[in-house]
Amino acid sequence: VNTPAPEQVISLYVSEDKIYPRAVHGWFAAWRWALVWGTQLLFYGLPWLSWNGRQAVLLDLEARRFFIFELVLYPQDFVYLTALLLISAYALFFFTAVAGRLWCGYACPQTVYTELFMWVERHIEGDRTARMKLDAAPWSANKLLRKGGKHLAWVAIGLWTGLTLVGYFTPIRELAPAAATLSLGPWEWFWTLFYGFATWGNAGFMREQVCKYMCPYARFQGAMFDRDTLVIAYDERRGEPRGSRPRSADRHALGKGDCIDCNLCVQVCPTGIDIRHGQQYECIGCAACIDVCNGVMDKMSYPRGLIRYATQNGLAQQLTQAQMWRRVLRPRVLVYGTILLALCVAFVASLWWRTPFKVDVVRDRAALARQVSNREGSGQIENLYRLQLMNATEQPQRYAITVGGVNQAALAWTSAGQAPREPLVDVGPAQALWVTLAVRVPFDVAQGLGPGAHPLYFEVQPQARASSQTVRERSTFIVPR
Amino acid sequence: VSDFTHAGWSWYVAIGTIASLLACLVLLVVASRRKPMASDESTGHVWDENIREMNNPLPLWWMVLFVLTVVFSLAYLWFYPGLGSAPGQLGWTSTAQWQQEQQRSAAAMAPLYARFDAMTHEAIAADSAARGIGERLFLNNCAGCHGSDAKGSKGFPNLTDADWLYGGGIEPITETIIKGRAGAMPPMAAAVGTGEDVSNVAHYVLSLSGSPHNALKAALGRPKFAVCAACHGVRGEGNTALGAPNLTDNVWLYGWGEQAVVTAITQGRAGMMPAQAERLTPQQIKVLAAYVWGLSNRPTGQAAQ
Repeated sequence: VNTPAPEQVISLYVSEDKIYPRAVHGWFAAWRWALVWGTQLLFYGLPWLSWNGRQAVLLDLEARRFFIFELVLYPQDFVYLTALLLISAYALFFFTAVAGRLWCGYACPQTVYTELFMWVERHIEGDRTARMKLDAAPWSANKLLRKGGKHLAWVAIGLWTGLTLVGYFTPIRELAPAAATLSLGPWEWFWTLFYGFATWGNAGFMREQVCKYMCPYARFQGAMFDRDTLVIAYDERRGEPRGSRPRSADRHALGKGDCIDCNLCVQVCPTGIDIRHGQQYECIGCAACIDVCNGVMDKMSYPRGLIRYATQNGLAQQLTQAQMWRRVLRPRVLVYGTILLALCVAFVASLWWRTPFKVDVVRDRAALARQVSNREGSGQIENLYRLQLMNATEQPQRYAITVGGVNQAALAWTSAGQAPREPLVDVGPAQALWVTLAVRVPFDVAQGLGPGAHPLYFEVQPQARASSQTVRERSTFIVPR
Repeated sequence: VSDFTHAGWSWYVAIGTIASLLACLVLLVVASRRKPMASDESTGHVWDENIREMNNPLPLWWMVLFVLTVVFSLAYLWFYPGLGSAPGQLGWTSTAQWQQEQQRSAAAMAPLYARFDAMTHEAIAADSAARGIGERLFLNNCAGCHGSDAKGSKGFPNLTDADWLYGGGIEPITETIIKGRAGAMPPMAAAVGTGEDVSNVAHYVLSLSGSPHNALKAALGRPKFAVCAACHGVRGEGNTALGAPNLTDNVWLYGWGEQAVVTAITQGRAGMMPAQAERLTPQQIKVLAAYVWGLSNRPTGQAAQ
């Protein structure tokens, strides 16, 4: 049972110490830079691509059309976004189960922009020690120049990022010149400045605070780890007891482990932790400590991998790298992988065989049913429908409409006030058109059906090319009492 | 305008709001005060024998954000309504904002409609852009009763035929849209006579349009039609001044056949179209009237499609 410890006074809120990560080079840093280049070339470059004489990726919220290369998506296609989010979620589960916070360490925008901003910082203010010195120094022309220059560069990157984001929603080739002459619209201003500010603040100042205190994923990922997940681990068995020693000394004779306690792993850590304390929730898995430690091991002529990707089981049971990799094929990973693969296949297949138009049938709001040509008892029962035809191509289309499901049901093409004609409807590129259609059923047939609602369907077929794609939309035909 | 039944409630809400905000700040300050801690980074609190509460201080900027939310709330309450029934410094109301938006959209639409000011209704009806506007106005405002194809249904007139209760000219159509119409036929059974008489009149009415009828009953009913003639005219051709339907054509607003006519005579009919003047601008009404007129007239210059 606790013996009362001497009490001291501590604040419940602390201003966290600023972290000055040391620059790092190596295999994993190269991978991170590769992903910085890959993701950012995509992000900054994509809006500038053209396709079919328009912006290749344009999410036109006002017109509610989403152009992605050949695809023209409608708000009704939201299910594809759902599928994309599902794929992202399962990819996250899969990669986290295999090798921990791969996303956090290499591809997350927070990491990527922090990397970019730190690169700028390093080139203007210098590396870790220079930055610490500069911060500690009193204000001078040099400090003002360096700090000012850094923020100028950061703000420029932030604004360009904000403008690029807006460029996905309004044509960027008009947006960029408008921004140059400061003639953006109010919402364009707001989002450019807001996203620019968020980039500047998150990548310049918040950094690891975002990962530690804002990001929900950082907190729930623990549920996806198990003892066979590859994490960044310090090999305590090999490293301890740590301590400095001359390069020429025989560590075994000194009774020391491989860790020379140079503290470089702490200095490069973007979240300011000491990996030698074991797995910690702050670790974003960036592998900077692996890179820097491998460099030290090389200099000391010790084998690499004192800090390395290893599993908890691997360290505890001293498994070889091959043995650990074999354990990647465990049920959890296989299940995530199978679901991920199935989702990807379904996603691609459904986009590939997507019908490039949509039909929506709405019964007229006013009249349930009415009698026409009501003389001689040989009249007809008429129901009125509004069909929305949505052309998801960028060519004008002509659609043929037929009706079925009720015996002798026939279309009466009535486009308000105009003479009856063939139910062929022209719809412009990426346009949605409402047409009003009446369906007539001979009186005696209707009486045979009896009063009530009877299933009916419309079939819509595009006339262009030898299209075999037909959309069938169900509705009802109502026979009055 | 306050929804409070007594001014005291406004004070009650205002004081309660301010007190809650201040209480948030007080709680924050009190809870962030330094606390006695054990030297092992725990607070000294132990539950279930071995679960210790550790000292994991929150980042200071969290507290700053919290204070900012309180500052934001106070600023909001100063500028916008929220403190009881206080209107706020900006004098903002949702009604005024709505009116502003209405004015803005009216101003945005004005140039679209300006083109039609100088045009005749016939020319508007022949203009395809105007027809598009007219169709949308019709679908939004009229189709609820008259149907998407303007052909109406039982009780709601067909606007695409040449038959008009109040006349099919531009002027009566415009008047109908602006003021609405209240068509009323009183129950006439008492004036007509017995049930047999009513049935006979009904057959006479059917005979006027050449509908199937019993010629004998129609002959018997003919004299009784005199009471109907006051509105429907001696020959039953109706009267557009009263909105009395023409009985000699094949248009039956409330259904065709003896039973429908008998019901009309015994129970009367009441048709009601609401006025649209307050829902539409004069320019919109002009375009809409031209569109409705164009449904049953072939405007000059428009090729048959």
